Amino acid sequence: MHEQPIKFYQTGTFTVGNRLLPPEQRTVQSRIKRYNSLNSGHRACQGCGEALGARYCVDAAMEAANGRLIAANATGCLEVFSTPYPETSWQLPWIHSLFGNTAAVATGIAAALKVKRAKGERRHIRVIAQGGDGGTTDIGFACLSGMFERNDDVLYICYDNGGYMNTGVQRSSATPPAARTATTPSLEGALGNAFGQGKFLPEIALAHGIPFVATATVADLHDLEAKVRRAMEFHGARYLHVLVPCPLGWGFPSHETIKMARLAKESGIFPVFAAESGEVVASAPIRRKVPVEDYLRPQKRFAHLFSPTLNLAALARLQELADRNIRKYRLLPETL
Amino acid sequence: MDKPFAITLDPGSSLANRTGSWRTFRPVYVDRLPPCNAACPAGENIQGWLFHAEAGDYEKAWLTLVENNPLPAIMGRVCYHPCEGACNRGQLDESVGINAVERFLGDEANRRGWQFAPPLVSSSGKRVLIVGAGPAGLSCAYHLRRLGHQPVIMEAARHAGGMMRYGIPQYRLPRAVLDAEIARLIDFGIDIITSAKVEDVESTMREGGFSACFLGVGAHLAKRAYIPAGDAARILDALTLLHDVEAGEPPLLGRRVIVYGGGNTALDVARTAKRLGAEESIIVYRRTREKMPAHASEVEEALQEGVAFKWLATIKAADEGEVMIEKMRLDEKGFPQPTGELERLPADAVVLALGQESDLSLLDNVKDIEIINGVIQVDDNKMTGRAGIFAGGDVIGGEKTVTAAIGHGKRAARAIDAWLSGRTYAPPKKPEIATFERLNTWYYSDAPKTVRPTLDLVRRQSTFDEVVGGLTEDNALYEARRCLSCGNCFECDNCYGVCPDNAVIKLGPGQRFRFNYDYCKGCGLCAAECPCGAIVMVAEEI
Ligand SMILES: Cc1cc2nc3c(=O)[nH]c(=O)nc-3n(C[C@H](O)[C@H](O)[C@H](O)COP(=O)(O)OP(=O)(O)OC[C@H]3O[C@@H](n4cnc5c(N)ncnc54)[C@H](O)[C@@H]3O)c2cc1C
Ligand SMILES: Cc1ncc(C[n+]2csc(CCOP(=O)(O)OP(=O)(O)O)c2C)c(N)n1
Ligand code: SF4
Ligand code: SF4
Ligand code: SF4
Ligand SMILES: [Mg+2]
Repeated sequence: MHEQPIKFYQTGTFTVGNRLLPPEQRTVQSRIKRYNSLNSGHRACQGCGEALGARYCVDAAMEAANGRLIAANATGCLEVFSTPYPETSWQLPWIHSLFGNTAAVATGIAAALKVKRAKGERRHIRVIAQGGDGGTTDIGFACLSGMFERNDDVLYICYDNGGYMNTGVQRSSATPPAARTATTPSLEGALGNAFGQGKFLPEIALAHGIPFVATATVADLHDLEAKVRRAMEFHGARYLHVLVPCPLGWGFPSHETIKMARLAKESGIFPVFAAESGEVVASAPIRRKVPVEDYLRPQKRFAHLFSPTLNLAALARLQELADRNIRKYRLLPETL
Repeated sequence: MDKPFAITLDPGSSLANRTGSWRTFRPVYVDRLPPCNAACPAGENIQGWLFHAEAGDYEKAWLTLVENNPLPAIMGRVCYHPCEGACNRGQLDESVGINAVERFLGDEANRRGWQFAPPLVSSSGKRVLIVGAGPAGLSCAYHLRRLGHQPVIMEAARHAGGMMRYGIPQYRLPRAVLDAEIARLIDFGIDIITSAKVEDVESTMREGGFSACFLGVGAHLAKRAYIPAGDAARILDALTLLHDVEAGEPPLLGRRVIVYGGGNTALDVARTAKRLGAEESIIVYRRTREKMPAHASEVEEALQEGVAFKWLATIKAADEGEVMIEKMRLDEKGFPQPTGELERLPADAVVLALGQESDLSLLDNVKDIEIINGVIQVDDNKMTGRAGIFAGGDVIGGEKTVTAAIGHGKRAARAIDAWLSGRTYAPPKKPEIATFERLNTWYYSDAPKTVRPTLDLVRRQSTFDEVVGGLTEDNALYEARRCLSCGNCFECDNCYGVCPDNAVIKLGPGQRFRFNYDYCKGCGLCAAECPCGAIVMVAEEI
């Protein structure tokens, strides 16, 4: 007789919740009483991936820290849409910093807590810092590298939407090649952001040998929460890089934010992995592989690759970037 | 005012900022009609009962199931499950094994002695005559009882069940199963008077003080074809044969049996003949295998048991020990045409399985009932031309299955209920179908269908033991969880999770969700990421 193990849960861990899963396997987000660290009424665009990613991450960190958490926040969309004075959407102690110094501000908070503990503070209070890709990979990079190198006790979360969205979609060093931004227009001879430039900060963080580095997307909540939980088990410098699609800057309808993140992961163009002490320890495998074209085509920032003529050369180069990720991070079973 | 240096305003929450005003589309929760439900001739709420089975709450699943169909253990064995043909999961990998889970629930209920929920309304005291205790009559009686009426079934045969007892053989439907489900109906307060043939409906209604009547008399008279036959030729009809086997008096068939016909009855007779000891059991059918009305899985099972087929052939004549058949060919329209080519086949007995018609003599004194080609004509509510007399099942033609009969009985019961209080029954409007395109299938785990075990072949050729087995609890749970819950929220929390504006309110287990339109910006993420398509975006009036 054909016996099936009963460990089959209809949607498994793909959905946010699942009434069939044992409670300990359900997400923080699925709870009726969740933290909602980033509350309603914020002014993010419809379908904002960054607002969603921030609530996912900070709620998970709050859970891990038993609600005793302080956040430092770089300038950028996240800061601007959440705190137009005197309103705030944040339901935790939260400090605004400059565009480029969040990591340093968080370092300072961590140091202050250390002093307080030495003076008898009993509560275990944790610190996170968060910012956009511009604030992290460009202007905030020096402060961040310092925070890593000193192994300060901070979890730094970068919300990567591939550009300076808050100021009108300019290029950052995390903008993907070929993407059109306000500063990398698609004109004759200049088809968006140049190939061969930019940086992938998770690998640089990894090179610092800090306790924990990981990437995640808003398309896989279970994976994202597991990474925040794991990160919070360590002390010292930790880095989480979350892909947060931006309907406005990328040019797709607001209901496709999660779909874009899913396609980025499934095409391999955005590798999802985790590393501990400088070594990659796990990759989130691709479940239903798609060509990178499926990810690019729906986004207006890549429209010039498809019309008036199909830019096969650029598409091939982007596909090669995805394939390289697949090889490098072993994203497909056959690459294991 | 005492404010710190450089502070002029009180700190406030962003909740003051009602972002709902940005919206041009609003998300709305809907319940769509899953294709399985739409395809079920008995109108079962399949998705609804699978929802409880998924959680392992089998009793609740069974109770939800029997709201529409009181015979799940029978159904789980004899239904040709059109639901599975329509199931959306079929487009993903394989359809959900709905029928197997249904049988599991029916068997659990029999094993554990589960009972129906009490009738919905307190008794109306209105007596309704039901003629025939086949699936149509049983279903009608059950639903009338649920609605608070007092149905009385009069049945000509010695036992209730109709073709489920005197047609469908035991190796497909064990009688203990049939008896258990009928017994539960009797316990529910339905009177079944057996060995009570109704000769004249009008007088029976008058004398019994019945306010309405449902005719579920089926089709029991075998249709005959003219076949020139020698005196010594042994020709039987399928229904009599099956009836006699059921009554414990199987006829002598000899070593070679030829069955004439291409429906399920032909298959059941051929398979029965094998079990009665025939060495050869051959089905002669005038068209091809593809054109056979019999269900493919039954053809397959018959082949496995050694039943042989002669496609494209008609019987021209029968004599002692042999028949003469003529080969046919299909013309352009797919109709069989004679070729003139003849062949002799040895045969100790010929069984005719050429269809059945109804004995409608009980209507001889009823005016206004229209009968066309031996089939009673009814309106959408199953009412005949004679007000207050309804009919369903095989006697009204169309799809002649147990499931269809149960559906007819239900519809008629609702119509009778309305008619008894001077109303005309109008069924509720059906929601839109939850088509495959509306699903976001990314979220469902990959899982192939579980296979039902079958009895080994030796036992199938010699005994009347049940051929197809049931699922274990583990397998039933697994199978139930393969359901995609098409068009109906199954509380996966996706909408609640993916909203960037926390504009979805979770109401708790079984309570589903509500939108907070004060903050919903109308981005549409919740609708796009709902796996089962239970959210629609509706344009706001601006
Ligand atoms: C061999 C065979 C196998 C089949 N297999 C399947 C199957 O696997 N799946 C499936 O879905 N369908 C199957 N069918 C079809 C199915 O059995 C019928 O469609 C179904 O039983 C019809 O239900 P009914 O209630 O209309 O009539 P019946 O089941 O025929 O019941 C009618 C009842 O009315 C009684 N009756 C008739 N006249 C009177 C009267 N004047 N007074 C009192 N009582 C009367 C009869 O005795 C009988 O009990 C099969 C049919 C046959 C013959
Ligand atoms: C020193 C400095 N330079 C420029 C700015 C203007 N500025 C504010 S936010 C921002 C871009 C933010 O981009 P990113 O960090 O990627 O965050 P996003 O808005 O995309 O989430 C810029 C250029 C500033 N606030 N400070
Ligand atoms: S997946 Fe479930 S709800 Fe959808 S058609 Fe199949 S059985 Fe019905
Ligand atoms: S995801 Fe939230 S904001 Fe977007 S339409 Fe749904 S409820 Fe409204
Ligand atoms: S997303 Fe999940 S919880 Fe929300 S309506 Fe759809 S099925 Fe229900
Ligand atoms: Mg950015």
